[in-house]
Amino acid sequence: MEALVASAVGVMTAAGIFLILRRRTFPVILGLSLITYAVNVFLFATGRLALDAPAVLNKYEDVPYTDPLPQALVLTAIVISFGMTAVIVMIALSAYLSSKDDHIDMSASDSVDAPGEDA
Amino acid sequence: MNHWIVAPIVLPAILAPFIIMVLRYHLDLQRIFSVAGVVGLLGIALTITAQATTGEIQVYELGDWPAPFGIVLVLDRMSAMMVLLTALLALPIVLYAIGSGWDDRGKHFHALFHFQLMGVCGAFLTGDAFNLFVFFEVLLIASYGLMTHGGGAVRLKAGVQYVTYNLLGSTLFLFALGTIYAVTGTLNMADLAVRVAEIPPEDTALLRVGAVLLLLVFCIKAAVLPLHFWLPASYANAPLPVAALFAIMTKVGAYSILRVYTLVFGPDVAATEGLVGAWLQPAALVTLAVGTVGILGSQHIARMVAFCAITSMGTLLIAISLFSEVAAAAALYYVFHSTLATALLFLVADMVMERRGGAISPTAPMPQTGLISALFFVGAIAMAGMPPLSGFIGKLLVLDASRGAPDANAVWAVILIGSFVTIVGLARAGTLIFWKCHDVQAIPPTEPDSEEEPVATAIAPEPHAALAFTSVFGAVLGLVLLTLFAGPALQYTSKTAEQLFTPDNYISAVLGREE
Repeated sequence: MEALVASAVGVMTAAGIFLILRRRTFPVILGLSLITYAVNVFLFATGRLALDAPAVLNKYEDVPYTDPLPQALVLTAIVISFGMTAVIVMIALSAYLSSKDDHIDMSASDSVDAPGEDA
Repeated sequence: MNHWIVAPIVLPAILAPFIIMVLRYHLDLQRIFSVAGVVGLLGIALTITAQATTGEIQVYELGDWPAPFGIVLVLDRMSAMMVLLTALLALPIVLYAIGSGWDDRGKHFHALFHFQLMGVCGAFLTGDAFNLFVFFEVLLIASYGLMTHGGGAVRLKAGVQYVTYNLLGSTLFLFALGTIYAVTGTLNMADLAVRVAEIPPEDTALLRVGAVLLLLVFCIKAAVLPLHFWLPASYANAPLPVAALFAIMTKVGAYSILRVYTLVFGPDVAATEGLVGAWLQPAALVTLAVGTVGILGSQHIARMVAFCAITSMGTLLIAISLFSEVAAAAALYYVFHSTLATALLFLVADMVMERRGGAISPTAPMPQTGLISALFFVGAIAMAGMPPLSGFIGKLLVLDASRGAPDANAVWAVILIGSFVTIVGLARAGTLIFWKCHDVQAIPPTEPDSEEEPVATAIAPEPHAALAFTSVFGAVLGLVLLTLFAGPALQYTSKTAEQLFTPDNYISAVLGREE
């Protein structure tokens, strides 16, 4: 199971990095989402993998348990990355609508004092 | 427990939603509450700084959970000083934003401004590594809104790049924290320091990976070469008062480096010995060098000031990368100076851009040239590190601190030549913008495609120009005071550095409480 989780994290990260290096915003955002999925699984695994174990200590008998802290961390990370993805989708959408162009890099004409910048 | 410690986070956290939800359609009320909030934050910062000068490290346990299990806020000299700097920086910027009418060009400026202050103060005060991540995100989310404030195609495009880069940085941060947690089983910084010291050296491979990943994250925030690419485009395209506020954001990265790599992975921890300084110092030297080249080569005043920010981060990180007490004292003095100087230059650049556009080339004269050029002159002196202002003292302290270091020659050469090139670059920009402008005859006639309407010159006068100027002079006053009271300031930073390099007090204050 360790190999499965590790390769899942690795493959998702690799795919994410590949997509982030694309030139248009949509694949880049997809790549960012893939990388955040990868990091969520990675964080989940930092408390060691345990099957069928509750995330609480049992004070009556000595049963296996899984570390609850990474689950709390993952929850925070999921909420934050979800919000961030929504933000970047909105900013990318408005950038696309205002410049009719969804390339991630700035073209040469996009100098800082291009007309209409303060509009 | 001393509840003042949490106040710098709670005040903006309450004020910002209040501004959004209650004062949404009342710009005047928003302005009043926003300024009052910043003044209140300044009062709180002064109070906690006064408390921190006693040298006692105070701990605030959130929810009253004891330290390694709950999240703690820690008030020591360094965090108090950084919160004070944040408040001191925020006051002129919020006044300038009101005076120049920037807060009227989009929605929710003041709410986002206070969310940003909340994130910055929280990052300075927290004693927990994961909580540091959360506060980084808070300040970043607010900065995304501020960065695209006012809209416009170019700014939004720069915003997409900025958000993408920082999202990647956040992901890297999570990978680093996950790795460190997997090795040590804790994320409380004091507890981490204890556990890291206990790990036998042969088991530290993964820990070193985590430490270097964390360093990379902080270097992205601090815009260290080669991770600086996000800075010039996003700062130059952000509204410039916001860029002035962002001057503190790069310092959050520098603060985190100083905090984590003195407390957790300190100079005498066997696992990471020599690892951080060896990588950071060359990177900082190259940052400074490339930043000065950028100043010399910029065609636009906002871009030039953004490169000024990069050079000041270079100087600062050279001092930090020496990891000695004297150097840390110099670095902390320089943090104060460079934040104020960068903000001042960004505000002056905004005044220039509002009146004549930002291109560094001769144009027709603009209104109030004399006053603005004087302010630019002061800012340039401070940024280049010429006497009589505090930049000179700061650079002198950094040079003095590096005297005994192994690479002292390289450090001296880069800082001195870098300062010289910075002077040349700033003098070139000042000459072209402020002096040559009077020679109207010398200006080549604009290209035939002049049916384009003159956008830059047709901007309405500022709503409260006097307020804008007052706030910029406030930043100048801050620099002058920092120069006049360099002695007491240095005394404070020396004691701060002493506290940083004796992490045992911090650890026992956080972990060893008997209540």
